[in-house]
Amino acid sequence: MDLLEYKGKQVLGRYDVPLFAGGQAATVDEAVAAAEEIGYPVVIKAQVKVGGRGKAGGIKIGETADEVREHATNILGMDIRGHTVHELWIQQATDIASEYYAAVVFDRAAKAPLVMLSTQGGMEIEQVAAEHPEALATLHIDPLVGFHPFQGRRLAYEAGVEADVVRPVGDLLAMLYEVFAKEEATLVEINPIVITPDRKVMALDAKVTLDDNSMFRHPDNATLDDSSDADPQEAMAKERGLTYVKLDGDIGIFGNGAGLVMSTLDVVAHAGGAPANFLDAGGGAKAEAIAASVEVILSNPNVKAVLFNVFGGITRCDEVARGIIDAYGILEPTVPFVVRLDGTNDVEARKLLADANLPHVYPEATMDGAAARVVQLARSTENRAA
Amino acid sequence: MSILVGEDTRLAVSGLTGREGSYHAMNNRRYGTDVVAGVTPGKGGQDVEGVPVFNTFHEAVEATGANTAMIFVPPRFAADSILEAEDAGIATIIAITEGIPAHDELMVFNVLKRNPDVRLVGPNCPGVLSPGKANVGIIPASFFKPGNVGVVSRSGTLTYQIGNELAQSGFGNSTIVGIGGDPVPGSSFVDVIALFEADPETELIVMSGEIGGAAEEEAAEYIAAHVSKPVVGYVAGLTAPPGKTMGHAGAIVSGSSGGGQAKIDALEGVGVRVGRTPTQVAEIAMEILGR
Repeated sequence: MDLLEYKGKQVLGRYDVPLFAGGQAATVDEAVAAAEEIGYPVVIKAQVKVGGRGKAGGIKIGETADEVREHATNILGMDIRGHTVHELWIQQATDIASEYYAAVVFDRAAKAPLVMLSTQGGMEIEQVAAEHPEALATLHIDPLVGFHPFQGRRLAYEAGVEADVVRPVGDLLAMLYEVFAKEEATLVEINPIVITPDRKVMALDAKVTLDDNSMFRHPDNATLDDSSDADPQEAMAKERGLTYVKLDGDIGIFGNGAGLVMSTLDVVAHAGGAPANFLDAGGGAKAEAIAASVEVILSNPNVKAVLFNVFGGITRCDEVARGIIDAYGILEPTVPFVVRLDGTNDVEARKLLADANLPHVYPEATMDGAAARVVQLARSTENRAA
Repeated sequence: MSILVGEDTRLAVSGLTGREGSYHAMNNRRYGTDVVAGVTPGKGGQDVEGVPVFNTFHEAVEATGANTAMIFVPPRFAADSILEAEDAGIATIIAITEGIPAHDELMVFNVLKRNPDVRLVGPNCPGVLSPGKANVGIIPASFFKPGNVGVVSRSGTLTYQIGNELAQSGFGNSTIVGIGGDPVPGSSFVDVIALFEADPETELIVMSGEIGGAAEEEAAEYIAAHVSKPVVGYVAGLTAPPGKTMGHAGAIVSGSSGGGQAKIDALEGVGVRVGRTPTQVAEIAMEILGR
């Protein structure tokens, strides 16, 4: 779960991370009210879960109420790389002496948390690593031992932090590690950390990702979830407990098991098609869940044909066939279905489909054959529409 | 021969008294796996279709000589159960549970790595099947028969898909190992490929990877340096968009890391032939084994 900047800062605030005064706003009036309370100048920041907000015009300085009104009007509703801005964070503006970068990331390959510190703040960390490796210090932490002050000092000296702020920068790293460990984050990133002219070390921005699987231990964090800029199909799928990812193409995909569904997307692309979604119905999917899945797939207006690719292990193919037949009856789809069912009870499943004799439902025996068929059908639907 | 599970497997099941746990454990027993114990705190003294249930792994090991554990408990209890099995001296732990918190997996991995005598497979995996000998987990055994192809995979259904294509072409398997789709698997491709390399029955290794992390790249390096047997690869998720978790918690392209093409390039760079579809994987395997 990626958090919006201001929600990430709520989490950081619990651990005494030094933050600038700020207020959330969902309307222009709220933005002005927040600015009046903070005092001018303020920074008006678009709240979306995507980088490059500044370049897109989503971060502006307001010196007066009129300027805040103008910027807030422009930024609210703005599209930033596919994300619509529904909220703003109005933050006290600051003078900047230096900008640093700090992060704690979940390093899968090393099976350990990785703490990173750089004196080149405000840049993408990949760019720092490539262009200024001397300004970047990294250290893996044994999760069983935790983070200790000497490690903060070591990173600060290695990265070349200015001498008078070595201690507060080290303290900040310790706080970020605590956030990472106690809140079960997979990413805590501050870019930039600001050193103010009066030598305070503050977090100017915040990027926090929490582990969805740990939410049962953090019921308070569930309220930090924000789906206001989520895609309508993804929101619908989430409500129904389905694993669904919206994609750009026009071929709806239904499958069981994440690996097989990913493979199905690839095979469809290999056959010259473009999948409209990833949908994993999971192991042992029952007829009702299948009908719910089909409804989500068809609610995407781009879908011109649907491919069902199921290999039955725990999942019984006859259940899937029944689900497809039920869904067909309820939803009366106008797009063709290609159905490839293999594995447990596949013979019964094929018989059920044959007996149902549904129009525009095409059985296929192999995954590659089914992919080729659905691509062809999507194209001919396209032609009909045109 | 086979790897990880076989005729010597004596299985204790954590979560045997649950609905899913008992269903799959009994399937495993019908297949011929020696299911010797269940472990459920508070239910010691009961039995599930004749399999005795113990309150702790320690009691189960003491009473039955269990040497393998299958973890089938809900995510919030799974890390504790894995650590209990290790503490009781179980050598092979196979964790089926999906949805274990990432920090729990990190902790478990770092605890277990201090014990050279224990091996964890999973979590979030379908288990391990050595056809004709033992099945531990949820792999539908009827699709597979004994043979000389070792399969290691991050995905369950994709394993069945590839395994079934091989079976239809007349090939059997030494062992099929699901290492799971989570960010911190207990066993990596490298760990399992090393076991297959040492297994006299295995003549060809099929590894089925997917986007996310760097396990396939690590496997490529290992294969180049240590593996004499032919390896056929597959990587799912080539067309997945960056920043989106594709069903498995570990299947995500983050920034410049974890992309599918880089994995294929790494494997092909060391001479591993990579199928572009599951069907191609089976075709390449047949070509190599000369049928």
